[in-house]
Amino acid sequence: MSLRSVGGPRTGDTAGRAVDHRQAPRKRKNFLGPQPLGLLFSAPYVIYVLAVLAYPLGYAVYISFHQFFFTAPGVQVDRPFVGLDNYITVLSDPEVQRSFANIGIFLVINVPLTVGLSLVLANALNRVTRLKTFFRVAYYVPYVTASVAVVGVWLFLFQQNGLVNALLGPLAPNPSWLTNSWLAMPTVALYVTWKQLGFFILLYLAALQNIPDELYESASVDGGSKWVQFWNITVPGVRSASVLVTLLATITGANLFTEPYLLTGGGGPDGASTSPVFLMYQKGILQGNPDVAAALGVVLVIGVLLITLIQKRLVGGKED
Amino acid sequence: MFIGSLQTNPDTSVGGAFPSPANITGENYSNINNSIDLLKGLVNSGIFTGGVILFTVVFGLLVGYALAQMQFRGKGLVFGMMLLVQMIPFQLLLIPLYVMIVRDYGLADTYLGMILPFAINSTAVFVFRQYFMQLPSTLFEAARIDGASELRILWQIAIPLVRPAIVTAVLLTFIGPWNEFLWPFLVTKDQAIQPLAVSLANYISNIAATASNPFGAILAGACVLAAPAVALFIFFQRQFISTNIGSSVKG
Repeated sequence: MSLRSVGGPRTGDTAGRAVDHRQAPRKRKNFLGPQPLGLLFSAPYVIYVLAVLAYPLGYAVYISFHQFFFTAPGVQVDRPFVGLDNYITVLSDPEVQRSFANIGIFLVINVPLTVGLSLVLANALNRVTRLKTFFRVAYYVPYVTASVAVVGVWLFLFQQNGLVNALLGPLAPNPSWLTNSWLAMPTVALYVTWKQLGFFILLYLAALQNIPDELYESASVDGGSKWVQFWNITVPGVRSASVLVTLLATITGANLFTEPYLLTGGGGPDGASTSPVFLMYQKGILQGNPDVAAALGVVLVIGVLLITLIQKRLVGGKED
Repeated sequence: MFIGSLQTNPDTSVGGAFPSPANITGENYSNINNSIDLLKGLVNSGIFTGGVILFTVVFGLLVGYALAQMQFRGKGLVFGMMLLVQMIPFQLLLIPLYVMIVRDYGLADTYLGMILPFAINSTAVFVFRQYFMQLPSTLFEAARIDGASELRILWQIAIPLVRPAIVTAVLLTFIGPWNEFLWPFLVTKDQAIQPLAVSLANYISNIAATASNPFGAILAGACVLAAPAVALFIFFQRQFISTNIGSSVKG
């Protein structure tokens, strides 16, 4: 529902308004349009976008192609152009390769789990009539709560002698979850899945409202079981939501920083849970190599774009 | 989380998930308050979040109104820009913004430095524009014929009609800076100015190992940090949910 209300009629509307007949003669008189003050109203926003978003964007690319280091404000230093050197440094760094592999692990666990769980739970929630608000709140509270706050709970649950290990008894992994190089990243992925689930459930709930009831009715008349209905009506019906969920989950993965930083003490054990953004922080700001970090950022963004394109091909291709 | 924050000794058995009167104390709150000044942290989070909201609402209303109800040259350009901006990934901006804000402008350890990258939320601008578009343009033309200035039209006619949009934008903007960790963490080294999320994170990664009941203290801090967001969420639950979904489906 909201899918349409936000994305809908805007472009046609703007175009239609620009050629409003009554205002056509006045337009010639006033070069800036009937309400030139609009420019002034937009000015703060435009200046902001140029200064804080567009300029840094170009600056990032500039930094990544130069030998760049921090200086005191106002000091003029030579920053020679080094071509692709920073990119070569980044791509040949085993730590960076590891961090990208980690994001891969993250996505492989997080995306299917998020899509599956939120679709099934949304479907269940859609049938529940009582206590609906309660469930919505319960799922949504982790999402609105700061990651820093909820991480405390997970540390508590997954520490060496935490609740989870106490429940598992002799089955508890050794070394424990967050210090185990095989389990650290999956645990982080699990954490993020759990934290974001509420948001994605609601996204699917909105998509479910768009599936006409008649489809289900005719399916049950034809004798299709609930399972068949789920696969043949619900899953295709929410495809566009699935594309969005996959996309957002990928972006979350690429932005991963807070969770590994706090859950595993900054990428431990032995780099098993470092994320590219964490390496950007470490290399760029702690070790003073902003040029390498900027190159890493560019590589990361290109990677995300590629994954997004592939996802669109795979999932969205059939849609049109 | 709340129960854990009240426990003297961390109880990791299943029973520990339920309150037991013998094991309840407010000590964790005073412990964490001794390591990080909770009130100060809350105030800092408040200033950071409040600043972001203020910029977003004031400038967002201006540009949203201009885009919806005024005809001027370059309008299409501004609108296109607004759509493009939402696609800029923060990872690309991280390093240059750090270089600019912290190194070039010397805004480290200032509220302005924290607020700047989040100051105008394009999604909020979009929300404002959508609401202003719903108002009939004849209303504004009549006011213009009567000789009202644009600023006065905006202030006396448009804004009172789109109050729900302001609530929506405030909610939409609120959780972002309140829960934001990475950027304020980079910009602030001075404890006196750190938002609560940052000081709590520093506590978790640096000090917790030496505390007597670190988890109790962490959970106590977490409760303080989570309380305003959760309270606001429960209060505005319906609006919150529709706002967030609407804003994510902007593509």
